[in-house]
Amino acid sequence: MTDVASRKTMTIGEAGLALIFGVTAFISLIGAAKAEDVAFAFHAYLAAAASCAAVFAILNHYYERSPALPPQEIGGKPNYHFGPVKLGVALAVFWGIAGFLVGLWAALELAWPVLNFDLPWFNFGRIRPLHTSAVIFAFGGNVLIATSFYVVQKTCRTRIAGELAPWFVVLGYNFFIVIAGTGYLLGVTQSKEYAEPEWYADLWLTIVWVVYLLVFLGTVIKRKEPHIFVANWFYLAFIVTIAVLHLGNNPALPVSVFGSKSYVAWSGVQDAMFQWWYGHNAVGFFLTAGFLAIMYYFIPKRAERPIYSYRLSIVHFWALIFLYIWAGPHHLHYTALPDWVQTLGMTFSIMLWMPSWGGMINGLMTLSGAWDKLRTDPVLRMLVVSVAFYGMSTFEGPMMSIKIVNSLSHYTDWTIGHVHSGALGWVGFVSFGALYCMVPWLWDRRQLYSLKLVNWHFWIATIGIVFYISAMWVSGILQGLMWRAYTSLGFLEYSFIESVEAMHPFYAIRALGGALFVVGALIMAYNLWMTVRHGEAVSAAAPVALQPAE
Amino acid sequence: MSIWARHQALEKNSILLVIGILLVIAIGGIVEMTPLFYLKSTIEKVEGMRPYTPLELAGRNIYVREGCYLCHSQMIRTLRDEVERYGHYSLAAESMYDHPFQWGSKRTGPDLARVGAKYSDEWHVTHLADPRAIVPQSVMPGYPFLADTDLDFHDIAGHLKTNRAVGVPYSDEQVAHAAADLRAQANSDDANADDFLKRYPKANVRDFDGKAARITEMDALVAYLQMLGTLVDFKLYDDKADLR
Repeated sequence: MTDVASRKTMTIGEAGLALIFGVTAFISLIGAAKAEDVAFAFHAYLAAAASCAAVFAILNHYYERSPALPPQEIGGKPNYHFGPVKLGVALAVFWGIAGFLVGLWAALELAWPVLNFDLPWFNFGRIRPLHTSAVIFAFGGNVLIATSFYVVQKTCRTRIAGELAPWFVVLGYNFFIVIAGTGYLLGVTQSKEYAEPEWYADLWLTIVWVVYLLVFLGTVIKRKEPHIFVANWFYLAFIVTIAVLHLGNNPALPVSVFGSKSYVAWSGVQDAMFQWWYGHNAVGFFLTAGFLAIMYYFIPKRAERPIYSYRLSIVHFWALIFLYIWAGPHHLHYTALPDWVQTLGMTFSIMLWMPSWGGMINGLMTLSGAWDKLRTDPVLRMLVVSVAFYGMSTFEGPMMSIKIVNSLSHYTDWTIGHVHSGALGWVGFVSFGALYCMVPWLWDRRQLYSLKLVNWHFWIATIGIVFYISAMWVSGILQGLMWRAYTSLGFLEYSFIESVEAMHPFYAIRALGGALFVVGALIMAYNLWMTVRHGEAVSAAAPVALQPAE
Repeated sequence: MSIWARHQALEKNSILLVIGILLVIAIGGIVEMTPLFYLKSTIEKVEGMRPYTPLELAGRNIYVREGCYLCHSQMIRTLRDEVERYGHYSLAAESMYDHPFQWGSKRTGPDLARVGAKYSDEWHVTHLADPRAIVPQSVMPGYPFLADTDLDFHDIAGHLKTNRAVGVPYSDEQVAHAAADLRAQANSDDANADDFLKRYPKANVRDFDGKAARITEMDALVAYLQMLGTLVDFKLYDDKADLR
């Protein structure tokens, strides 16, 4: 018996993965050699290098680990696997700052176009997808993967499913980000907003995402709790629906299997509908359902209060995911999309206001009896203000989806302002709140390095958001009004370029707001770094009683 | 048993929960998307619409590559000011060969759905290289490198074939002559210019970038811009035909 235990054998996962990556490295090199274009060759070399690194990491892990695999439980308590979570947290902070900086740059380019430098790699058209993908998929995605792997273990009171699989998800996902981001700069894009990566990046993401679903579901299935916790419903809806959206929007045929260019299967009006079915639900399921899961775990946890209403969360969940899917056509009002689809999209968008506010109320009212903590705990304040921003932008969204409002707001900066009140205020703040909570928990620290710095972050970022969104409201409405203004003689009053000229001060103010948001994020990065480096470890002498989250 | 108690079945069984999610999210998409593949207004064929010429297609790919759609829409809405500013509202048929569509979502710059033939080639070439040389208030990036970069069209026939595979009706002849057609369109003295015009009637044939010796990315992009919105003759289009 002891003999068996001490003899080390490779698991099927280790051997299989190493083999798969070995083969992938070989195939990638062939791809690089036969590449039709430079970008494809570059990505093939990256894939080969990453595959070799993966083989090395797997073998190294095998030689360094003890013969027995990590136990599921130690002393009756779950032996949580937080390595991949920590990596996800670190990458989220890194990509967040990178993505915010690229956004700032894009904003500055619009105010001062000389910053495009007349170069292909840095023009606004290539920088803008880099910004959106970096903040949504790199920052947001890493936050979602990291928190989901944390929350699902804690709320199921079990170690995450798989040993290498969670690492594969985090690393594989970030490799997708690198391929996507470098691709944009090199001009590789299929031009579908928020789904710009080309066919090979899409295929890779599909593999990663399936593994993500399996890891998450596998963990839920082996849970020690009878009920699946609310946050996990939202994570599950996010993972499943994003898979469906990704597959529906991206079917494409490459010109050559050794080239980056492909042509998407859909065309014209059908493609438009698929795109905004995808695009709006990237908002609905990536930026909303996923982050609502964060709300449902971290706010009760931080406020030390139960969720306000369990029944409301049931209604919130099903109503939200049912209604969101219909809302896409509000991006296509007055276009060649049939009128009835537009009206249907508008109707469901307005209905969507209700579950959105139901969720907001559930989050805010969780603080019943703990409102005083807003004064003393800036992290909780950040989480709560994020929910307030969520409420604001989920009111604004349905309003903008009304056709007559949309006739003014569409194509203008108002949309950009709306997106950012959601992205900076809701997604950003709820993510920051979760990161501030998780870093001390993960690195076993008594508390954050400095709550004062959290306070600074909160106020600087909030002021930044206010600058940003109010500048965009004014510029957007101004644009919309100028485009439709008529003189008393019945002529269009303004040429298009006059509306461009009028935007300049607002673009400058927007950039200032963005800069403040970046400063806030830098303060956070410093604070988190110092927490990990110099934070006071949780004393072993006074063990904190481990309580289930709910 | 109350509905809340019944809901516990979903709370306690992850597979049921996943199936429930899939069912609930499937409905909206199916209802909104399936009809678009057979409704008349979304699949009607309009006189004048033809697939892109090889040069225009190459230009369109540059338009996509540089992310032009992020600041320029190609979708004129059915609003009075838009129709007066940009021209007849866009028809679904006008983007039927667009894989992917380029309707856009933001107008930092003006709509381009009907920009074709509104400005001279020279205007475009100068404006693309240095927008502020022509429009001082413009915030558009400059693309001087387009005029200096030879167009890569070694696999242009492959591009046509791929388009055909996803539904664009290129003929065998058009695929076979793709590279020759591309050269012919960029040079009105080309021996194949007449053959090209037989395959793509009324297409613009000329040296677009003012550099006769080379076929550059600028040639392709300007060829694309100059045909945008010009295919359908709205004097002949019957906009009541679709009414029921």
